[in-house]
Amino acid sequence: MSRIRLALLVASLTFTALAARAGEVAVAVAANFAVPLARLSADFTAATGHVLKVSSGATGKFYTQVVSGAPFEVLIAADDETPRKLIAENHAVAGTNVTYAIGRLVLWSAQPGFVDAQGAVLGSSSAFRHLAIANPKVAPYGAAALQVLRARGLADALAPRLVTAESIAQAYQFAVTGNAELAFVALSQVIGAGPSQADRRPLGGAKAPVGPAAWPGKPPMGSYWMVPQSLYGEIKQDAVLLKPGEKNSAAVALLTYLKSAPAQQLIRDFGYAAPGL
Amino acid sequence: MLNPSDWSAIRITAQLAAVTTVLLLLVGTPLAWWLAHTRHRLKPVWSALIAMPLVLPPTVLGFYLLLLMGPQGPVGQLTQALGIGRLPFTFAGLVVASVFYSLPFVVQPLQQAFEAIPARTLEAAATLRASPWDRFFTVAVPLARPGFVTASVLGFAHTVGEFGVVLMIGGNIPDKTRVLSVAIYDHVEATEFADAHRLAAGMVVFALAVLVMLYVVNRPAPERQARSA
Repeated sequence: MSRIRLALLVASLTFTALAARAGEVAVAVAANFAVPLARLSADFTAATGHVLKVSSGATGKFYTQVVSGAPFEVLIAADDETPRKLIAENHAVAGTNVTYAIGRLVLWSAQPGFVDAQGAVLGSSSAFRHLAIANPKVAPYGAAALQVLRARGLADALAPRLVTAESIAQAYQFAVTGNAELAFVALSQVIGAGPSQADRRPLGGAKAPVGPAAWPGKPPMGSYWMVPQSLYGEIKQDAVLLKPGEKNSAAVALLTYLKSAPAQQLIRDFGYAAPGL
Repeated sequence: MLNPSDWSAIRITAQLAAVTTVLLLLVGTPLAWWLAHTRHRLKPVWSALIAMPLVLPPTVLGFYLLLLMGPQGPVGQLTQALGIGRLPFTFAGLVVASVFYSLPFVVQPLQQAFEAIPARTLEAAATLRASPWDRFFTVAVPLARPGFVTASVLGFAHTVGEFGVVLMIGGNIPDKTRVLSVAIYDHVEATEFADAHRLAAGMVVFALAVLVMLYVVNRPAPERQARSA
């Protein structure tokens, strides 16, 4: 029996290797861009035949993993500094970093009507107990959130209520379960929240239409304040070709695709500002 | 050498492990005693329920606790109705999670220790008119001493080593829910490897010391006699 198993193992490994050559890209994506990438990935595969293998998480975590030799071929980061740093440290290919989106920060609550249009709820101490932000040390949206609190002069007052999530996806998770009344997240998460999340909560009774078409442009659940760009530094989101992907034409194709007109349109639909092309 | 926030993480971790261990001994002792003596049809089911945290990923526990203890969850609604508030992101919430998470590490050694006491010993005490409470405290507990040592040490150490559950329901709040394992994770994430090393190496030394101590204290009796002879 072991010989048969061995043969199967060898066969499957061979197939895996072949598949990799036929156009597979190992992608590390910042948590805020995971949902848009899932859509882009389908379009990319339809257009090119290449398949994406996606891992999502905090950009800072991916930096550590890439430096330690993680086999990612493309990093789709939540900032522009990490790709630059990886190039400078020779873990990414020079000249391949592109700005694919500019992130927009929102203060969000799963409860409709909870967050007002000016974000004044931040200053009313009785309204909420927990405010979730992504870890400012590793997540650019977390750092931006902290800048907003400082700009509003609330950083010290709110420190005891800050719940630090390991990534912006976890910040969203804390708020969507209602455990944190408020969270600083990316606009893309709020308007791009998949139908599965919308269905789970009995909000307003009406069931959201299921299917990919319901993703961008779907009426956002809960309530949010679009934080003015003047309160935080621009969140330029860059993608870069990592050294393990240098010879993978599918990885190069993905970077080109991110800047293509259809991809940029979809990225805008998900609530990002378009980078100057 | 350690910065104040790391010291705070150490203090929170020690407090969490101590409170959890005490609670687990209070809850686990009667539970283990019952399991050791019951002939109930559903004993395997109870044993399996208690052993579940050994095989379930901590993320499963963390995920369900986050939903159950949240504002829409039954536990969350109960705690809010009782005026306790909500448990996620609080020290009390971590204690609740840790009690579930470390339960088998306390109950199982106690159960084994109780099962190892010959029925005749307790019967002899009964014929000498020792009441059930008397038999438990003056006969069973002293005989089960190694079980109590193992249960306390493993309960404490396993709670110190908790990570996944805390990450999911703790919220990483300094001085409240930021425990050692999460502090190490943060340092690694932020590539502060020197800080991570200081804490991580400390954990390695702690774990080794605790386990060596456990094996020394719980040496079988003949070995101990041979040493003293």
